Amino acid sequence: MIAEIGQFALILALCAAVVLAVLPLIGSFIVQPQWMALARPAALLQLLMVTISYLALTSTFITNDFSVLYTANTSNTQLPLIYKISGVWGGHEGSILLWVWVLAIWTGAVAIFSKHMPAVLLSRVLSVLGMISIGFMLFVLLTSNPFERIFPIPVDGASLNPLLQDIGMAAHPPLLYMGYVGFSVAFAFAVAALLGGELDSATLRWMRPWTNIAWMFLTLGIALGSYWAYYELGWGGWWFWDPVENASFMPWLLGTALIHSLAASEKRGVFKAWTVLLAVLAFSLSLLGTFIVRSGVLTSVHAFASDPARGKFILYFLVITIGLSLLLFAVRSHKLKSTANFELVSRESALLLNNILLLVACAAVLLGTLYPLFLDALDMGKISVGPQYFNAVFVPLMLPVIMVVGIGALLNWKKDKLKGRQTTLLALVILSLIAGAILATQFDGYKITAAAAIGLAIWVAASSLYGVYYRLRNKRNRLSAAMHTPAAFWGMTIAHIGMGVFTLGVALTSMFADEQTVRMGIGETHELAGYEFRFKSIDEVRGPNYVAAQATFVITKEQNSVSTLVAEKRVYNVRRDTMTEAGIDGGLTRDLFIALGEHLGNNEWSIRLQYKPFIRWIWFGTVFMALGALLAAVDRRYRVAATTQKRARNTKVATGAATGAAS
Amino acid sequence: MTPKRKQRLLLVAAMLVGVSVAVIFLLKAFNSNIMLFQSPSDIIAGKVKEGSRFRIGGMVVEGSVERGDTGLTTQFQLTDTANKVPVIYEGILPDLFSEGQGIVAMGSLDSSGLFVATEVLAKHDENYMPPEVADALKKAGKMPGTAANYGGSTVVNP
Repeated sequence: MIAEIGQFALILALCAAVVLAVLPLIGSFIVQPQWMALARPAALLQLLMVTISYLALTSTFITNDFSVLYTANTSNTQLPLIYKISGVWGGHEGSILLWVWVLAIWTGAVAIFSKHMPAVLLSRVLSVLGMISIGFMLFVLLTSNPFERIFPIPVDGASLNPLLQDIGMAAHPPLLYMGYVGFSVAFAFAVAALLGGELDSATLRWMRPWTNIAWMFLTLGIALGSYWAYYELGWGGWWFWDPVENASFMPWLLGTALIHSLAASEKRGVFKAWTVLLAVLAFSLSLLGTFIVRSGVLTSVHAFASDPARGKFILYFLVITIGLSLLLFAVRSHKLKSTANFELVSRESALLLNNILLLVACAAVLLGTLYPLFLDALDMGKISVGPQYFNAVFVPLMLPVIMVVGIGALLNWKKDKLKGRQTTLLALVILSLIAGAILATQFDGYKITAAAAIGLAIWVAASSLYGVYYRLRNKRNRLSAAMHTPAAFWGMTIAHIGMGVFTLGVALTSMFADEQTVRMGIGETHELAGYEFRFKSIDEVRGPNYVAAQATFVITKEQNSVSTLVAEKRVYNVRRDTMTEAGIDGGLTRDLFIALGEHLGNNEWSIRLQYKPFIRWIWFGTVFMALGALLAAVDRRYRVAATTQKRARNTKVATGAATGAAS
Repeated sequence: MTPKRKQRLLLVAAMLVGVSVAVIFLLKAFNSNIMLFQSPSDIIAGKVKEGSRFRIGGMVVEGSVERGDTGLTTQFQLTDTANKVPVIYEGILPDLFSEGQGIVAMGSLDSSGLFVATEVLAKHDENYMPPEVADALKKAGKMPGTAANYGGSTVVNP
């Protein structure tokens, strides 16, 4: 019964989406205020219905209703409650339903937080979001229905993949989808701008906070996925350039470019067409990511060809969406004229450089991800592109971005001779390098590259902080001036410093990490990076739905106790999957990592010991970036602007001016 | 030309040069990092040069896994059912590595025809077979039934 309610609610949501996609859009062209006014209630109705549908599926998980095929395939009576709830998105059908729900949430949020947006713009934006909704709801209903029944009803379910029975993995997909799907809002604004043939700074001010929030979620989602891979996969790596990772990273790169070009477009009226194109491409890459992960092409393009309904649906949807929006761009983008000039040395140029490098980096990742799939599809042989390619291409492209990030933020719009700042900046470069050279002596084996990397990270932080100082230099009361500095400025500064933190983490981990795989018996000791690892004991323990061999290690350094770590090898009851649960002693300057391999007989085990200096800084850096994006999004000016606009609109209405179509 | 135009031209030219250089390096890195996939039959047929790095896939031959008494060296045979290739690997094998299981290994051939693996992959799913392995098996004319349902949803037997 519950499952049928879920399905029915989803069909009603589809009806709401059709109304949302058609009437307000037409209304915005033929000037029908009543039709446009439908946008908001339709969006909210859609949100309500998808929410009911989603909760219905969740309740089949919680109540162990294995008459539902998807539930029977993904859940199990032994599964702890939290993983029953997160298990809803543990398989294909449920995760696409989550996609639809997240889209409905974003659409609803736009409807709720847009009280002051011009009706024409709002109805077009919501209509475009409604169109995307239609596509994905049809996808669920036609090819991936999670509410399908099964008969005879199985006694118990097949259970969730043990890899996904982890709190990090439970939170990763919703965060990632909030980011992915969040770019649909920027996309909808871009399409609305193309339809209307204008992109004024008011519209851009609407776009910016939405894009920032989506980017924040995507950043956190990717970072959490990376952290999960680190502690759960047992390899101790944090990024593998795996196609699934790349699928989420490409929209992130373009999203980063978009955030920056939005700033230039809004403040200076430049790069307007470019901004619109980036918004279209960023969302297109989100769709491409969904296609790559959800169509089965990664398992094998031949698997895709043998069960084509799902993959083909997303592929057609992808082609139609990208094709139509690019066509619209080609026809209408000439109307989005940039209204200002800028000189070679200016903040606009710096942002342009940032955009070009990010775009090339994204193209490089795209090539490495899609080329093997193309070759395979054309039966021209199977190849794989190793992480070496991505590292070789990515690092040189990102280095200039990191080097100039602080200066770019310091430059004036339009034209800047860097007067009065050159000497300070030069001094900061030299001081950063000296500091890097000194700090690098703290590591075993002096590396000039390490000195350079530390120097670079310090330079990013120092130049960003100098930006703060420079902004406040002429204020009499610096503290109160700092309090009144816009949140967006602090957001930018924090995110940029986050880049430095991230860079430091990546550089030091890759340069000084140490790893050994050894054979150890109970009581034996092994030394790594100055730490003594003693294999103390091995015990059998029972979890809620698994049995584990649990190894205890005592770690000492120069006779001082450091920590006692527990590493497990679990065998899950239902699926008989073996899982490695690493023991990690995390710290600000280093992680110690133990993963249990196989039992080799005689109580001897193969064991992987790792020393990972500064690896946590990678994720600290991303948290800084996300926090920066959040601060930038909640800046007062976006709200103030909204109020001003409302006032302007009211005056307009009062004077009897038509609120008709803008084109 | 006005100074402004000149400056803009300079900007465009610099960008073009920069992007072209980036693309050249990108393609170069791409070319040198492509790794081919070979099946045991390809190797027996002599398609692979000694020392070049590539990926191999196949099933672990039943009864072929030998572990050293000391150290972490494991030796086993890999087959696409038509031909067999001996593989040696030092390190921790993935959780799902077992006899009869389809795996993918990365490494190179030594002069005696032994494949020295630097990495062994097996996916965390008992129904999953690496696509390369499935393909190699198909080419060799044998495809076990288990691989037929990867990619799709597994049907639950009550």
